[in-house]
Amino acid sequence: MPDFEEIKVQRDKLKNITPRKFVTIVVIIAVVIFIFTGLYTVNPEEVGVIQRFGKYTSTTEPGLHFKIPFGVDKLTKVKVKHVYKEEFGFRTLQAGVQSKYATRGYDHESIMLTGDLNIGDVEWIVQYRIKDPVKYLFRIRNIVETIRDLSESVTRQIVGDRSGDEVIVLSRKEIADQIQIELQKTLDEYEAGIEIYTINMQNVNPPEPVKPAFNDVNSAKQEKERILNDAWQNYNQIIPEAKGKAKRTIEEAEGYAINRVNRANGDAERFIAMYNQYKNAKSVTKKRLYLETMQKILPKVEKVYIVDEELQGLLPLLNLDKGGK
Amino acid sequence: MKLNKRTLIIIVVLIIVAANSFYILDEKHQSIITRFGEPVGGATTEAGLHIKIPILDKVHFFEKRILEWDGDPKQIPTSDKRYIWLDTFSRWQINDPLKFYQTVRNETFAHGRLDDIISGTTRDIVSSNTLIEIVRNSNREMMFTDEYKDSSTGIGSTERAIESGRSKIADQIFNTSKELCAEYGIKLIDVKIKRINYVQEVRQKVYERMISERQKIAAKYRSEGQGNSAEILGQMKRELDRIESEAYETAQEIIGRADAEAIKIYANAYNRDPGF
Repeated sequence: MPDFEEIKVQRDKLKNITPRKFVTIVVIIAVVIFIFTGLYTVNPEEVGVIQRFGKYTSTTEPGLHFKIPFGVDKLTKVKVKHVYKEEFGFRTLQAGVQSKYATRGYDHESIMLTGDLNIGDVEWIVQYRIKDPVKYLFRIRNIVETIRDLSESVTRQIVGDRSGDEVIVLSRKEIADQIQIELQKTLDEYEAGIEIYTINMQNVNPPEPVKPAFNDVNSAKQEKERILNDAWQNYNQIIPEAKGKAKRTIEEAEGYAINRVNRANGDAERFIAMYNQYKNAKSVTKKRLYLETMQKILPKVEKVYIVDEELQGLLPLLNLDKGGK
Repeated sequence: MKLNKRTLIIIVVLIIVAANSFYILDEKHQSIITRFGEPVGGATTEAGLHIKIPILDKVHFFEKRILEWDGDPKQIPTSDKRYIWLDTFSRWQINDPLKFYQTVRNETFAHGRLDDIISGTTRDIVSSNTLIEIVRNSNREMMFTDEYKDSSTGIGSTERAIESGRSKIADQIFNTSKELCAEYGIKLIDVKIKRINYVQEVRQKVYERMISERQKIAAKYRSEGQGNSAEILGQMKRELDRIESEAYETAQEIIGRADAEAIKIYANAYNRDPGF
């Protein structure tokens, strides 16, 4: 708290100032304030919209600019380069490498009827940019709400004209493109000054209670594949084996054939060789061969009965095998 | 010094009066002037600096921009007795601030009027249309996956031709409401259907139907799998029989030929002298 002495000294000092000096100081201060409050910068991603006494006068590009201060010129900065995002059916809780999403409680946004009166669960995002800052500022009051309402309406209208299969399985990309075209058209009719950048279908699913049934179709599909694979595997294992076995059977037969023919040839040649000698001395050889054969055979026989050719009624009492020597 | 003081007072008063005889109208706004509560002149819509009589005139500002209106979801029966939740929204503008000021005063009351008008019109028009007319937008040919086509029993309701479709119904609501809004100085820009949903019980039934449809498809895949597998097994058996029998045939042929050959050889040899 300044004491009174000091204030007095100050007042005495002020008394010394001549009116001329005073005016100069005031003017200088006024000019400095005027300049400093009038200067403003527009950042690279934005433009400045200037209104003089409320009326729009100009749009300024990024850089240093001057406006008339004291409520005459009003500046509004609009981020025209920025891409804004609206999410439907979910919210990003935490963006990052592994983003976290909340889907609970946004069912009313994502549940919609398809053209075949089924229900789909569609989550999507709309990305947009301000293309006309003047229209953006002065044409629609609640632009975000407008984009959200229109986006939901357009999406449902397009999904409503497609089958559940189309929405969930077949033509996601096409649906997103359609939404973009329709949404842009309506926003242009509103003169919103907004450009739709992209529509992304994030998650298009059957509704939660139906999901297990859809998954079951997939597992049935895989089961079918698996059963077929098993069957083919079995087939591919058994058929080549059988072919191998068949080949073996044929090889064995061929082996038998060679063996058989060779042996026959050998036997035949032996016979012919012997026969050729036999031809030269028929009776001697015959006898010798007979004797040799007998010599070979007889020791193996236990009893020899030589029976007269004319003998009739051989005595049955004779024990042929068990008798003593 | 005394004179100086008086001039000062006059200057201050003049400044106050001058400041009070101008007002700034923003691009976002439009205005009307009332004097002792009575509107004077028409509406001012051009943004900029404007003049008024100080102290006596009061300026009322209104939005010039497009404003939002979002209806509460309403449960409405369609003409084919399906209960649905319908959620509409609208965009509107104050196009006659004077009339607006005289009839509804401010936006809060205007919302009340819009609630009455749009909700009433919506109910009338929606309940005289069938559900499919409200869901679908055109007679576009829908596509289905083969698996669905094969096992679907065909949902009858989609076969009928669409006469008006969703956007035309929304247009009807819009056009009817628009006329009713005119007397409040309100210009309706658009009315659209935001959401259509089944009421809870119907939704449950739809889920059940969707589930049974998928179950049919799954069962079809399973039986197809079994069938094809049996077919492969049969094919395998046939192939196996063929291979084995062919091998047997060839082997026997070879053996037979060899035996014959052997017989021929023996016969040739022994025939030289049957006595030997």
